[in-house]
Amino acid sequence: MVYLIDRGDKMGKTLTEKILSRGSGKSVSPGDVIETNVDIVAFHDLTGYHVIEVMERANMLKIHDTNSLVIAFDHLAPPPDVRSAEIQQYIRGFAKALKIRNFHDVGYGILHQILLEKYVLPGHIVIAADSHTTTSGALGAFSQGMGASDVAATIITGKTWMTVPYPFKIVLSGRLGNWVTGKDVALEILRVFKADYFNGMAIEVFIEEPKSFPMDYRATVANMGIEMNADALMFVPDEITINYITDMRGLMPKAISPDNDAEYVDVYTIELDKVDLLVSAPHSVDNVKSVREVSSIDVDYVFIGSCTNGRLSDLEIAAKIVKGRKVKTRCIVIPASWSIFRKAMELGYIQTLVEAGCIVTYGTCGPCIGGHFGIAAPNEVVVSTSNRNFIGRMGSSQAKIYLSGPSIAAATAVLGKIAEPGDVI
Amino acid sequence: MIIEGRVIKLGDKIDTDIIIPAKHLKYTDPEYLAQHVFEPIDPEFHRKAKGAIIVAGKVFGMGSSREQAAIAIKAAGIKAILAESFARIFYRNAINNGLPVIVCPNITKEVNENDTIKINIESGEVIVDDKVIKCKGIAGMALDILKAGGLIEYLKTLRISE
Repeated sequence: MVYLIDRGDKMGKTLTEKILSRGSGKSVSPGDVIETNVDIVAFHDLTGYHVIEVMERANMLKIHDTNSLVIAFDHLAPPPDVRSAEIQQYIRGFAKALKIRNFHDVGYGILHQILLEKYVLPGHIVIAADSHTTTSGALGAFSQGMGASDVAATIITGKTWMTVPYPFKIVLSGRLGNWVTGKDVALEILRVFKADYFNGMAIEVFIEEPKSFPMDYRATVANMGIEMNADALMFVPDEITINYITDMRGLMPKAISPDNDAEYVDVYTIELDKVDLLVSAPHSVDNVKSVREVSSIDVDYVFIGSCTNGRLSDLEIAAKIVKGRKVKTRCIVIPASWSIFRKAMELGYIQTLVEAGCIVTYGTCGPCIGGHFGIAAPNEVVVSTSNRNFIGRMGSSQAKIYLSGPSIAAATAVLGKIAEPGDVI
Repeated sequence: MIIEGRVIKLGDKIDTDIIIPAKHLKYTDPEYLAQHVFEPIDPEFHRKAKGAIIVAGKVFGMGSSREQAAIAIKAAGIKAILAESFARIFYRNAINNGLPVIVCPNITKEVNENDTIKINIESGEVIVDDKVIKCKGIAGMALDILKAGGLIEYLKTLRISE
């Protein structure tokens, strides 16, 4: 694909170009193949042992900058079998031997959430051995997943290579309707553009009224950037970004903005008040339908959580809907981190969810990847707030997975069939 | 480098959960992974893979960063993948493990299952019978890594300062 962007000298820079120009130490344009410094490099247990194996096989068990490496255990947390426990033991040994300070053992939370809470700043370049690394784009970082070998090379050298993606601008205008959240916006983008359109592009999201789209929603949309096959998805930092980092870490970060005259491949505006409650039907994330098109389908199992929708606002919505009611499906709820779990406990959401009959734990990716803590049986129908409904993703390849935001998932759990909040409340 | 092989055709949006399900990701042994490649859609795939070339549609390898997806396909004996487009992470993983991946718009309309094709991975020329199809050859960094035999071998050629 060739895009017609006229690159005159006077042209302003997009967020993507500004970040990658800083990282590479030269002025970059889309299509350039560059070598860039990386600010944060990270892995979790399921990819991490592979990263370390690559470092060992290359005979280069050394780290360019120990402080820039972040490790969290989440995929195999807590370990469901001996091999998983062994993998964690191996990585623990590595972290101890190489004195990794930013090491988060079982009990902290999901890597992408920890990166948001503790490490990533606007304008950072973040590379991690997990595809959902796009989540850090919520804070205006250029963040992308890579495989174990690429991440090993980045840990050793402090650098990586990449092709500068073409920039695409999405504008969020107005306010969302009742019960409609960031997940519906992510699915709306997938409904319109499908899963292959943004291949080779970086999406930069501009919010007209910053307060209309809180950090939790931004994290969900950025998380789903990989499902759009975008190279990165970044929210242009604003006061919400700054306030989030100040609240979480007590520091005042510098914002970074694209220039007003920066040029994009195209601009697409989403009028938030027109976004419907949406689901992805089996077996592809871009098979997007209005919830009303699939309502009344019987459901066996509801999962609320993951790096996509395991944040405080997701739990608040779920708690509001199930409050004083009993769930009819199997219902598993997994806040993305310890800090979210604790806040949800203080606010009474955990108690409400447990009283409604949900099983609640925190800080594991288990169900989302068909790993453990809630696997789907053949022919079961699942409604999940996670990010993928591919064949076999959550267990049996005969299971059918519908993806949704927290309000549809909670209403579905209460009624035992796909439902919207209005059917319950 | 010229690669020749029999075509196995696959569709659009082949994702990494289909290529190798997460339950197999606790291991990196290529022989083990090869036994389970494409298990959710065709558990017998590994029996017909040896020496073949995969021809697929859009965003081949989309989804997770699991490098085992590229390792499993290569270990099963697949010599190269031609696809209309690749997911970015999978493309890098394939190159990093010495598996040639060629971007080739409309290729699914040009070749049929079981055709024998020849690919020049640098020029991107694909020959089917007496027809020549121009695809995007592998160049730059990706070619350097592929020629070294993968990223580990490539890293060994670099002098990295302490």
